[in-house]
Amino acid sequence: MQNESLALQYLLSGITKGSIYAVVAIGFNLIYSATGIINFAQGEFLMLGGMVAVTLAAYVPLPVAVTGAVALVALVGGLLELAFFRRLRRHSILHLVIITMGLSIVIQETALHIWDEKVRSLPYFTGNEVSSVRFLGAAISPQVLWVLGTVALAVLGLHFFLRYTLTGRAMRACSSNPEAAMLAGINIPNMRTLAFGLSAALGALAGCVVSPMTMTHYEMGAPLAIKGFAAAILGGLGNPMAAVAGGLLVGLLEAASVSCLPAVYNDVSAFVILLLVIFVRPQGLWGALAPDRVREH
Amino acid sequence: MLLQVRNLSCGYGSLEVVHGASLHVCHGEIVGLLGANGAGKSSLLKAIIGLLPPWAGEVFIDRRPTTGQPPWRSVSNSTVLVPEGKMIFADMTVRENLIIGGYHNPDRIRHLETVLDGFPRLRERLQQVAGTLSGGEQQMLALGRALMARPRLLLLDEPSMGLAPLMVKEVFTSIRKMKDLGLTVLLIEQNANAALRIADRAYVMETGEIVLEGPAADLAHNPEVKRAYLGKG
Ligand SMILES: Nc1ncnc2c1ncn2[C@@H]1O[C@H](COP(=O)(O)OP(=O)(O)O)[C@@H](O)[C@H]1O
Ligand SMILES: [Mg+2]
Repeated sequence: MQNESLALQYLLSGITKGSIYAVVAIGFNLIYSATGIINFAQGEFLMLGGMVAVTLAAYVPLPVAVTGAVALVALVGGLLELAFFRRLRRHSILHLVIITMGLSIVIQETALHIWDEKVRSLPYFTGNEVSSVRFLGAAISPQVLWVLGTVALAVLGLHFFLRYTLTGRAMRACSSNPEAAMLAGINIPNMRTLAFGLSAALGALAGCVVSPMTMTHYEMGAPLAIKGFAAAILGGLGNPMAAVAGGLLVGLLEAASVSCLPAVYNDVSAFVILLLVIFVRPQGLWGALAPDRVREH
Repeated sequence: MLLQVRNLSCGYGSLEVVHGASLHVCHGEIVGLLGANGAGKSSLLKAIIGLLPPWAGEVFIDRRPTTGQPPWRSVSNSTVLVPEGKMIFADMTVRENLIIGGYHNPDRIRHLETVLDGFPRLRERLQQVAGTLSGGEQQMLALGRALMARPRLLLLDEPSMGLAPLMVKEVFTSIRKMKDLGLTVLLIEQNANAALRIADRAYVMETGEIVLEGPAADLAHNPEVKRAYLGKG
């Protein structure tokens, strides 16, 4: 009984972390599909979301602070695309990917200047750090439910957007066949900006819901980016819904390694997964494309 | 005059492949653009639509200058290019492909029915993933998708390429029907016989230059054209 509830505890923690990695992986996917770029600044969107929401929460109610943070970070994402990637389109994809790494550092430094190095967090959305709900014998924080619920809604919303709205379909068309999409009258540069904005918004939302549990810190983005990247590669780049499965798997494997390996190996699992996938199945579990597929236009 | 091209040049890298080509297409015409493989026909069309930056010359659509506009503007000028090779959205459904074709057409859902009436094969396969269609069906889809934008001017780049003879016939029948609906068509074809049969006028292109032009019937009897492009027939 004791063991079972402990196992359940690990399972839930794995799913919770995994759902966050899933959001990061979806972010990688959206931008990759629209632009061919792997955006290593993806984790910074979560950090910015949390930081902005913490700042806003001092003045406005929590829901308004979260909404404001998501909108603001979406704007930052769109502006980054406009300021850097739209201008540098002629450069090779590799150059652009290196620029995202540079941006990641610049964003961290900027955050350090704005918010200093203190660890912050949003208040628990309901209850507080000691309140818990019982679930099959395990005690879980209500914030876990917030995380899972929010991520589930965001994923469903994105799925609906990509599949059933004209703009979402146009985004898919751009990644399916950019030349044909342009000839149908789709303004591809604007779609790329939208992909960055959307990706940033999703990241910021995730950054807000996890903030009460994992805290928000200017350096938190990079490790999230690595794990989200592992999840995206595991699921298969170019398939946002496979990214969800990839994220959950990375989270669960991490929880499993925490439960049976010394703590120092905590972060190793993501790298092990990354290496395994690259060597054994480079297109990922559900991906149709090899990650090095070239994109022009 | 719906399309006027004056002294248009374009190329790749530092290599110019179209050298000052001029042509025009009047309202309601089907105009053929003939020429051997590599003559520069596709490049000329790409420069007209904005997929290739023009190096010199001018393009007017309905008397408005459109030289060097980005390709996604062409739809707003009622001009759609159906490029060579079956440029469909392979991982999307037939219906989604058509809807994207009507991206700028607020009436796209209703117009979908009209387009499907012209392509009954597509209606049967609306929910099928486009990449699983046969070559001929994919070409029909590309044509149908172009019509979803309600263009006035259609630029068709070798619509019959790689199709079985029966499908080729069907494609040409569709192009004829488009003319009857009031569409203006500029048609690139390797199959000069078939093109001259449905075209009103035609241009012949050789190594990046327009070398001949005239009514289709005249060109079909021109000894030079016969020798170079029509075989014996
Ligand atoms: N993407 C490209 N890059 C470099 N050269 C090209 C490209 N596309 C076509 N060309 C060259 O331009 C010339 C004209 O090609 P194209 O316009 O496709 O002719 P056509 O359509 O008449 O067969 C050819 O010599 C071809 O090799
Ligand atoms: Mg060609």
